[in-house]
Amino acid sequence: MATATLPVTERENYLNKEYGIRSWLFTIDHKRIALLYLLSVTFFFFIGGLFALLIRLELLTPAGDLVQADTYNKLFTMHGMVMVFFFLIPVVPATLGNFLVPIMIGAKDLAFPRINLMSWYLYVIGGILIMHCMLTGGVDTGWTFYTPYSTAFTNTKIIEAGLAVFVAGFSSIFTGLNFIVTVHRMRAPGMTWGRLPLFIWANYATSIIMILGTPVVAITIILVAAERLFHLGIFDPKLGGDPLLFQHLFWFYSHPAVYIMILPSMGIISEIITCFSRKRIFGYKFVALSSVAIAVLGFLVWAHHMFVAGMSVYAALIFSFLSYMVAVPSAIKVFNWTATMYKGSISYTTPMLYAFGFLGLFTIGGLTGLFLASLGIDVHVTDTYFVVAHFHYIMVGGVLMGYLGGMHFWWPKISGRMYPEGWGRLAALIVFIGFNLTFFPQFILGYVGMPRRYWQYSPEFQVLNVLSTAGSTILGVGYLLPMIYFLWSMRYGKQAPDNPWNAAGLEWKTSSPPTTFNFDETPVVDFEAYDYENIKDTDDDGGAH
Amino acid sequence: MSDSPAVTAHNPELRHHFADMAQQKDAASLGMWLFLVTEIMFFGGMFCAYLIYRLQHFNDFAAASQSLDITLGAINTAVLIGSSLTVVLAVNAAQRGKRKLLVFYLVATIVLGCTFLGIKAKEYTQKFEEHHVPGPTFHFIPTRMAGHPEQPPIDERHAEMFFSLYFVMTGMHAVHMIIGVGLFSVLTFQSWKGRYSAGYYTPIENAGLYWHFVDVVWIYLFPLLYLISLHG
Ligand SMILES: [Cu+2]
Repeated sequence: MATATLPVTERENYLNKEYGIRSWLFTIDHKRIALLYLLSVTFFFFIGGLFALLIRLELLTPAGDLVQADTYNKLFTMHGMVMVFFFLIPVVPATLGNFLVPIMIGAKDLAFPRINLMSWYLYVIGGILIMHCMLTGGVDTGWTFYTPYSTAFTNTKIIEAGLAVFVAGFSSIFTGLNFIVTVHRMRAPGMTWGRLPLFIWANYATSIIMILGTPVVAITIILVAAERLFHLGIFDPKLGGDPLLFQHLFWFYSHPAVYIMILPSMGIISEIITCFSRKRIFGYKFVALSSVAIAVLGFLVWAHHMFVAGMSVYAALIFSFLSYMVAVPSAIKVFNWTATMYKGSISYTTPMLYAFGFLGLFTIGGLTGLFLASLGIDVHVTDTYFVVAHFHYIMVGGVLMGYLGGMHFWWPKISGRMYPEGWGRLAALIVFIGFNLTFFPQFILGYVGMPRRYWQYSPEFQVLNVLSTAGSTILGVGYLLPMIYFLWSMRYGKQAPDNPWNAAGLEWKTSSPPTTFNFDETPVVDFEAYDYENIKDTDDDGGAH
Repeated sequence: MSDSPAVTAHNPELRHHFADMAQQKDAASLGMWLFLVTEIMFFGGMFCAYLIYRLQHFNDFAAASQSLDITLGAINTAVLIGSSLTVVLAVNAAQRGKRKLLVFYLVATIVLGCTFLGIKAKEYTQKFEEHHVPGPTFHFIPTRMAGHPEQPPIDERHAEMFFSLYFVMTGMHAVHMIIGVGLFSVLTFQSWKGRYSAGYYTPIENAGLYWHFVDVVWIYLFPLLYLISLHG
C-alpha cells in the first residue's frame, strides 16, 4: 500500500472514518458489525461464566449449602443456554468470521450488509429476552428443554427463553446465508475454490449447518410453545404425543450445533499452524473437504444422545457406527496439522500456544467422544460428569482455544495495535492449566459414578470436586487477562505493521486496520493459499519470531 | 463508490460492494434460494411429526380428516394456484418494463392471497364452533365413512392430535401468507412509484419465488390434511 509508511493514527481506516454512537449502531460495515458482536458475545461470556462460577462454588462441598436445589437447576440451565446459544454458536463466525470472510476472499463487504446488521439486532433482541427471563425467574429444564417436563410440569419461563433462542437462531441463519452467498458470489478475480483459505472453508461448512439445522430447532421451539400454551398434543404422552419425537427434533439441530461451534475454530487453527510453522498446509484438499464432510456426517449422528432413551437396538447400532464415522474427518485434520508442523520452523508465539492447546484438548475431547459413541460405555456413563467433561473439552477446550488463538493472531489487523506478547503467552499457559485442572477430574468423577445436574453429592467425590473448582478459578483468571491487555493495547500497544507475522493471505496485504472497503483496489489473486515457501522470512517488522 | 469499471455502474440501484448489476442479481437470487432451503427445513420438522403420528394412528387421523371441508380446501387450492400465475405475470410485466401492468398483477396477487386467508378464517371458525379446536372443550364424534362399515372405534385423543397438527401446520402456512401479502403491498407501492424497471426488478422476482414456495407448501398440505380418507 502506498500509504503504509504513515503512522496508523493518521491514515483513514474503518475505525477512525466516523465517530459517534450512530456511526456504530447504523453501520453496515462488516468489520464494525464484527466489533459489535465482539462486545455482545463477550458480555454473555461473562454472564455465562458467572453462572459457572456459582455452580462450581456450590459443588465445593458435598452438602447443598450455597443454593437450594431449585436455584441450582436454574443455574446450570441458564449457564448452558447463555453459553450455547449466546456465546459458543456466534462466537467465531459472527466476530472473526464477520471481520475476515470478505477480506480473505478480496471482497468489499458481505453480500448483504444490511441483513448482516439485522443479524446483530436479532441477536441483541434475543439477548435482551434471555436477560429479562433470567432476571425474572429463569428456567430450570436444562438447556435441552426436554418434554414433557418443559411443556406440562415446570412453572418457569419456558416461553420467553424459547423465544429468545428462536430469535437468536434467526440471527445465525442469516449470518450463515450471508457467508454462503458471499463465498459463492463475491470472490476476487483469481480466488478459486482451491485457493480459498481454510478459515473460509470452515466458515462455509459451518454456514451450511446453520441454515439447515437452525430452522428445525426453531419449529421445535414453536411446537413446545404451542403445546405449553394451547395444550396441543404433540410431545406430551398424556395428550397422545411422544416425548422421543422432541428429542429427535432437538438433537437433529443440537448435535450439528457442536460443529457450528468447533468448525470455525478448526479453520483458525489451520491458519495459525501454517503461519507459525512457515509451511504450506499438509493436504490442503483433505483439510478443506473434511470440513464439508463433518457438516454432512454431523447431521446423521444425532440419536447418540438417546441411546438410553428408548430406541431399537438396530437404530442404536447404526447411530453408533455413524458417530464413529464422523470422527474420521476430525482425525484427518489433526493428523494434517501435525504433519504441517513436521520439519517446519516453529515459533512459539501466543496464537501458536493456543493452537497447541487446541490440539491437545480437542484430541482428548474427541477420543472420549468415541467412548460415548460406543453403546456399552455410553450406558454406563450417560448423564454422568464423564459427559460433562467430554463436551467441555470440545466446546470450551476446543472452541475457546481456537477463538483466543484467532483473536491474538488477528488482533493487530482488527485494532491496529500489538498485544503484549509476554502477557499473551502467560495467559495461554494459565488457560491451559486451569482448563485441565477444571475438567480432567470430571472424567474420573463421571466414570466412578457421579451424576450430572445434582446440587449435592456423596462425600467420596469431594476431593476431585475441589480440584475442579480450584481449576475453574485459575481458568477464570486466564480468561480475564486477555480482556484486560487487549483493552490496554488499544491505547498503549505498539502500532501494528500491516503484516506483523509475515503471513500469507489477503487480509495481510491490506492496511492494519483496513479501510472501510478493505482494499484500495480489488486484489487479483495469482498465488496458492499458504505459499510460505515463497514468502521471505525477513522479520524486519516486529513480528515475534 | 462509483469506481466500478463495469458499464452498468451508473444504475442507481447498484450497491457499492458489487462490481456490476449481474453480480448483485446473482447474489440476491442465490440468497433467496438459500432462504427457501431454510424454510423447507422449518416446515420439514412439522411434516416429519405429522407423518410419524399419521402412520401410528392412521384410522383416527382419517376419521378426523373427514370433518374438514374439502370443497373450501379445493377452492383455496385453486385460488393459490391462480395467485402463482398472477405472480409470474407480474415478474414478466416487470421484465418488459410495463409499470401499470406490473401494479395490476401485484394487486391481483394480493387480492387472491387475501381471499385465501378469508376462506381459511371461515374454516377455522367452523372448527371452533364444532369444538374441534384442541383444548378442554374439545370433543369429536366421527361421521360414518362411506365404504367402511366395520369402522374401528376412534381414539378421541388421537383425533385431537390430528387437529393440533392441522392448526399448527395451516397456521404456520397462514403466517407465511400474511408475510407474503405484506411484502407484495410494499412492492406494489414501490412499483407504483416507478422503482422497478426492465433493468432492475430483482425484489419482484425474489418475492415471487417466496410466494411460489408458500403455494407449494399448501399443495402438500391439502392432500395430507384433507384427503387422507380418500386413499385409505
Ligand atoms: Cu452429539
